Amino acid sequence: MIRKKGFNFWVIASLAILALYLLFMVYPLFKVMSQSVIDADTGGFSLRYFKQFFSQPYYSGTLINSFKVAVSVAIVSLVIGVPLAYFYNMYEVHGRKTLQLLIILSCMSAPFLGAYAWILLLGRAGVITQFIQNVFGFTIPSIYGFKGILLALSLKLYPLVFLYVSGALKNMDNSLLEASANMGCTGMKRFLKVVLPLCMPSILAAALMVFMRALADFGTPLMIGEGYMTFPVIIYNSYVGEVGTNHNFAAAISVIAIIITLFFFLMQKYLSNKYSFSISAMHHVQRKKASRLGSFFIHLFAYGMVALSLLPQVYLIYLSFRETSSAGIVFLDGYSLKSYQQVFSNMGNVIWNTIRICGSALVIIIVLAILISYLVVRRRNMINGLIDTLSMIPYIIPGAVVGISLILSFNNKYMPLVGTATIMVVCMCIRRIPYTIRSSVAILSQIPISIDEAAESLGAGRVKTLVKITIPMMLNGIFSGAIMSWVTLITELSSSILLYSFRTQTLNVAIYTMVSKGADGRACALSTILMLFTVISLLIFNKFSKDGEIMM
Amino acid sequence: MNVNIRIEHALKKYGDFVAIPDLSLEIRPGEFFTLLGPSGCGKTTLLRMIAGFNSIEGGDFYFGERRINDLDPAKRNIGMVFQNYAVFPHLTVRKNVEFGLKNRKLPKEEIREKTDKFMKLMKIDEYADRLPEKLSGGQQQRVALARALAIEPDVLLMDEPLSNLDAKLRVEMREVIKEIQNRLGITTVYVTHDQEEAMAISDRIAVMSNGVIQQIGTPKALYQRPANRFVATFIGRSNVMEARIYAENGEKGLEFKGGFRQPMHNLGDVQNGQPVVVSVRPEELIIKGFGNDVRSAIKAKVVYSTFLGLNTHYMVEFEDGGRAEIIQESQIDDIISNGTVIDLGVNAEKINVFTEDGLTPLIV
Repeated sequence: MIRKKGFNFWVIASLAILALYLLFMVYPLFKVMSQSVIDADTGGFSLRYFKQFFSQPYYSGTLINSFKVAVSVAIVSLVIGVPLAYFYNMYEVHGRKTLQLLIILSCMSAPFLGAYAWILLLGRAGVITQFIQNVFGFTIPSIYGFKGILLALSLKLYPLVFLYVSGALKNMDNSLLEASANMGCTGMKRFLKVVLPLCMPSILAAALMVFMRALADFGTPLMIGEGYMTFPVIIYNSYVGEVGTNHNFAAAISVIAIIITLFFFLMQKYLSNKYSFSISAMHHVQRKKASRLGSFFIHLFAYGMVALSLLPQVYLIYLSFRETSSAGIVFLDGYSLKSYQQVFSNMGNVIWNTIRICGSALVIIIVLAILISYLVVRRRNMINGLIDTLSMIPYIIPGAVVGISLILSFNNKYMPLVGTATIMVVCMCIRRIPYTIRSSVAILSQIPISIDEAAESLGAGRVKTLVKITIPMMLNGIFSGAIMSWVTLITELSSSILLYSFRTQTLNVAIYTMVSKGADGRACALSTILMLFTVISLLIFNKFSKDGEIMM
Repeated sequence: MNVNIRIEHALKKYGDFVAIPDLSLEIRPGEFFTLLGPSGCGKTTLLRMIAGFNSIEGGDFYFGERRINDLDPAKRNIGMVFQNYAVFPHLTVRKNVEFGLKNRKLPKEEIREKTDKFMKLMKIDEYADRLPEKLSGGQQQRVALARALAIEPDVLLMDEPLSNLDAKLRVEMREVIKEIQNRLGITTVYVTHDQEEAMAISDRIAVMSNGVIQQIGTPKALYQRPANRFVATFIGRSNVMEARIYAENGEKGLEFKGGFRQPMHNLGDVQNGQPVVVSVRPEELIIKGFGNDVRSAIKAKVVYSTFLGLNTHYMVEFEDGGRAEIIQESQIDDIISNGTVIDLGVNAEKINVFTEDGLTPLIV
């Protein structure tokens, strides 16, 4: 391409985006790092917060706890997700579309809600616990602590593994399977020797994703952990400060968290480079009919998993229709719509906040993601390469850390953003944009450059080509990506819990604050509304997405 | 409207790698000109420099008298057809063809009229309201061609437009392209690696290798009088044989290995004993008989034969182990059986002789 015009639209776009990243991400992260080594009392350089963290087992233990949770959740999710994806893509399963929708749905709510519902089901006073106690006369083991976290998070995160591995299996060429069968390698042996290695890049990516989410999740341990502390909880506590706020200490923990996630990110990169290869299927895998017995177990496994992971949500829906006491905090016998009445009369602003904050974030994310992916794919240069790298950083930064960094940076008189809706929008953009950019880049890379050149040779300028040709061609993919972003945004908790104020409370934050105080009919009603949002979004997604392919 | 294209001392670099060192050529108005060469020879690079999609590191490009080096691709008034069609998948056939006309901001009636004209010309008018994904590859390429022609460009550029089509469609489409180009008389630059396609379609061909033009000429000239060994073997098939010049008693000719002497009347400046390479096309090797004296024929043994109806091909092996292919019109007699030793001669008028390095022709 000839680029002679010095200062055109694209240069301005590059510089503007770079400036946004510098202001809202690089500066805040820098602030976190500097705060972590500054003594709050003297203002001088000090490593005392790091010392404090590592010398007191109360704090350093959380690191080990988080680590244990993240690794265990990743392993359990792989153990459930990989076989599920394999069965789903290799064998005939009844109700395929519905099954996939249900699997996706089960990962589309905030994990803490799952934990909350599991407490109501299996906790000390849980309905199942009491049922077993009354009928069989023995007490089921406690689900509080590590086990509960593992249960709630694994059931929430295995769908990610399922989606990633399904994607890889869809790209596998049937002739590879036939070739290996031809050479006498079938069944379990073929699964281990051919299928699994071919899916390895996706499996690793999924494992990292699950690991990161489990590591960064803080609602679940707070809800069901009962003293089993993980580091996001410590960050939250040292910020919210039941024992006195300490921003510098929160910053120090954030730095440690970033170092850990960075390490795992690099390890995953290294491993998937080793396994990387590209396959694109000319002949898609033909799904087989399993034997009677096999088919029975496949269905039992698939639908059993889905039922188990949807059980909490279903139970919450049920509770939302139960009669409650007038304050809404005690469930009574009988059914009513009282919870919904209370929600709509008192908490309409929460629903409106969710729509306006997440909606504006979504619009900004889409516009920026289109621009950035275009710059990265079509206008490769040093600045755009830098933007590419910067845009991927939030991928490895836990939500609580993003929240803390923004609070530390914009709590001054020049840019007093803390407590505003703007800071929540900014935070959501930063957190979600890497995913949207990645999917936009994937879509754009599939559009051959000759399409752009054809438009240009027919007399269309650069911007006109983008608006009339490139964006319309990307639209389908962008739209389905946008719906997934929307669902993620409305269920975001770990940073909005730090950033919200009375005026900017979102659905998810409201639910959290209510359920953290105990049983609550209004919370159940709100979470049902949230679920309804999610289901509608998913149905729209299914309508518009060509192949039901989901980019998380 | 017909313009000539003049390229003077074109230079193309990718970083330190020089793709085209110094290339000059002139394409006549209304000519169907083909850039032919193996992959990586720089033919597409050159085309894209003409189109404006590749930067030009040196030299001058002219359309007529207008220097286009720094002209935006959108303003060069070119029609371009791509290997992968590059039809806009979200626009109907009609909208695709209209696209360039709309960018010219022509009046509505004129756009409609021209779109209809070129859709009819390319026989895609019945698909006007369909999306491209509903069309076959050949039909999509017709859309691409109609779209490129609709803006009535000064120059039509085509980058391997047929290589994604199957064999039968390729032949059909190249006739369509040839006919349309003849009718519109538009200066056309065509890139291909398929020499048969190039021969079938072009007025003149430039054979390229390593960013350098080896020869420019009509298909007939390239086939019959290739400028060097590369062209001789790249265009059609050629057996390359070693020989020596003899010049005795006012007679000049070639002495092949084994001693057979072939007198030649069209040799240029040669010396007695000079080693040369002889390029002999399979149909220029003549089977003279069996068991003659070594001085009156080249001895060879049949390795295998292939009967193809009109012609029969023989693969033969010389005494030094070298091989050659012979094409003979099929005879009513039996095919010569494998292992038979035969006597060969050459068609002295048609064969080509190059210096030992294969770079300079010795036929005048």
